Amino acid sequence: MRLTCPLCGPRDRREFYYYGSEDYLQRPGPDAGPEAWDDHLHLRDNIAGEVRDLWYHETGCSQWLIVTRNTVTHEILSTELVADRKKKGVRA
Amino acid sequence: MRYSGWKVITQGLLGNKGWTPAWRDPAPKAEYDAIIIGGGGHGLSTAYYLAKNHGLRNIAVLEKGYLGGGNVGRNTTIVRANYFLKGNSEFYSHSLKLWEGLEAELNYNVMHSQRGLINLFHSDGQRDAFARRGNMMINQGDDAILLDREGVREHLPYLDFEQTRFPIYGGLLHPRGGSARHDAVAWGYARGADRLGVDLIQNCEVTGIDVEGGKVVGVQTSRGAIKAKKVGIVVAGRSSQVAAMAGMRLPIESHILQAFVTEGLKPVIHHVVSFGMGHFYISQSDKGGLVFGGDLDFYASYAARGNLPMVEHVMEAGMTLMPMIGRAKVLRSWGGIMDMSPDGSPIIDKTHIDGLYLDCGWNYGGFKAVPASGWCMAHLMATDTPHEVARRFRLDRFRTGHLLDEEGTGSQHNLH
Ligand SMILES: Cc1cc2nc3c(=O)[nH]c(=O)nc-3n(C[C@H](O)[C@H](O)[C@H](O)COP(=O)(O)OP(=O)(O)OC[C@H]3O[C@@H](n4cnc5c(N)ncnc54)[C@H](O)[C@@H]3O)c2cc1C
Ligand SMILES: [Zn+2]
Repeated sequence: MRLTCPLCGPRDRREFYYYGSEDYLQRPGPDAGPEAWDDHLHLRDNIAGEVRDLWYHETGCSQWLIVTRNTVTHEILSTELVADRKKKGVRA
Repeated sequence: MRYSGWKVITQGLLGNKGWTPAWRDPAPKAEYDAIIIGGGGHGLSTAYYLAKNHGLRNIAVLEKGYLGGGNVGRNTTIVRANYFLKGNSEFYSHSLKLWEGLEAELNYNVMHSQRGLINLFHSDGQRDAFARRGNMMINQGDDAILLDREGVREHLPYLDFEQTRFPIYGGLLHPRGGSARHDAVAWGYARGADRLGVDLIQNCEVTGIDVEGGKVVGVQTSRGAIKAKKVGIVVAGRSSQVAAMAGMRLPIESHILQAFVTEGLKPVIHHVVSFGMGHFYISQSDKGGLVFGGDLDFYASYAARGNLPMVEHVMEAGMTLMPMIGRAKVLRSWGGIMDMSPDGSPIIDKTHIDGLYLDCGWNYGGFKAVPASGWCMAHLMATDTPHEVARRFRLDRFRTGHLLDEEGTGSQHNLH
């Protein structure tokens, strides 16, 4: 499996650290209460098909990537920098 | 038909023409008292104990493929009771005791072999942690022996003791640990359940769960609608999809775990051995194949196959630990879909829907749990109260903070 880093180009899977669903970007506020934290830390859609998740280019440019891929076929559909998404003003 | 040594001999003499199918192939009825979704190890044992311990007779197991085609037939078959935390410890202890009587119970050879499990350690800190774990196991009433380096050498002379990277300091021996034949466990429970009148319905995929007024009333399947008073979801790696049919979002992420087997060799590895540094574990099957595996591939996946980096990692770890296996040829590798929970421990609980129960979150340790999971899930479904040894496997423990994080790695699904 290879991921195309927007900065570094196509790279071997071993250069990346997998964190989990992009849900992790929606961090609740400190007072958000147990339901919100449970949702954030534990509950997952866990889709068999197209998902978006977070990968860290650990031995490359040290950027966080949002990777759109298919969990059934392992096909990588697109990659995007978390930093770019934040720049565009989309609430991450 | 009851199996026995005598049967094997007489059937052998009569050309093996008298064997009958081990279970029936019934068409689904319109209604059951209880339906189990999923014909893996846990689903089949749940059905068996519902019938055996609780006297229910009108039960069906609905399996989308064939019985035992999921993880129960894809795992590396380690059976152990070496857990540390209260909550896990008594559960796996109970399971190991059930294993020890399983062949007599089921009249089926599940090839349970208590050949001893040795977990190696490679530093002073790891030794302390293993000594503590061993004490917890003994407190639970199970067995554990702390071996020093020479003690390990007596059991496993073929390890590379001289390596400088991960020197072997010793190991924790769990004499009652070992392995079993994966398919046989599924088949044994299937046959046992069938003999108690349970309908085992294959090629029957559940596509919907019918709920009326907060109460489960049945399921939709590829073979039509079936009514039921109680429904248990026992589908391992597919738990999130099936629970979503009842509007639930679970604390589960599905990950891929690979395993490998070599060509058949003469007996050479007599225990189950795990390498404390490289996450590598190995045993030898009765056919002679070396069966081994390592970590998850680490990314969420529903493909029952893995990627090459983990293949390389597992081979490297194996070669570091026991260079002799480098001469064996790998025959096959495969993967299974693991239902990873955020604390690495399972869930056996009611849901917010009346009559709907959930058994999932087995991570990569659910094979050894097959007997006790069925025992406790059946208890829960029959009595509506959790079984004593499974009472901490609550679905809401993540919200309430009562986690069972055996390895202390935090709430990330792929780290357990
Ligand atoms: C490579 C590997 C190594 C492992 N090693 C070990 C080990 O050494 N020791 C250990 O204790 N554990 C081990 N495990 C874990 C263990 O195999 C699993 O935790 C356990 O088998 C899961 O429970 P099960 O047997 O019920 O699952 P499965 O056998 O996967 O059963 C679930 C069943 O549900 C069915 N299903 C899914 N969706 C539907 C639907 N909609 N309708 C109807 N049916 C459905 C599936 O087809 C499947 O047959 C390992 C797993 C793998 C993959
Ligand atoms: Zn990069």
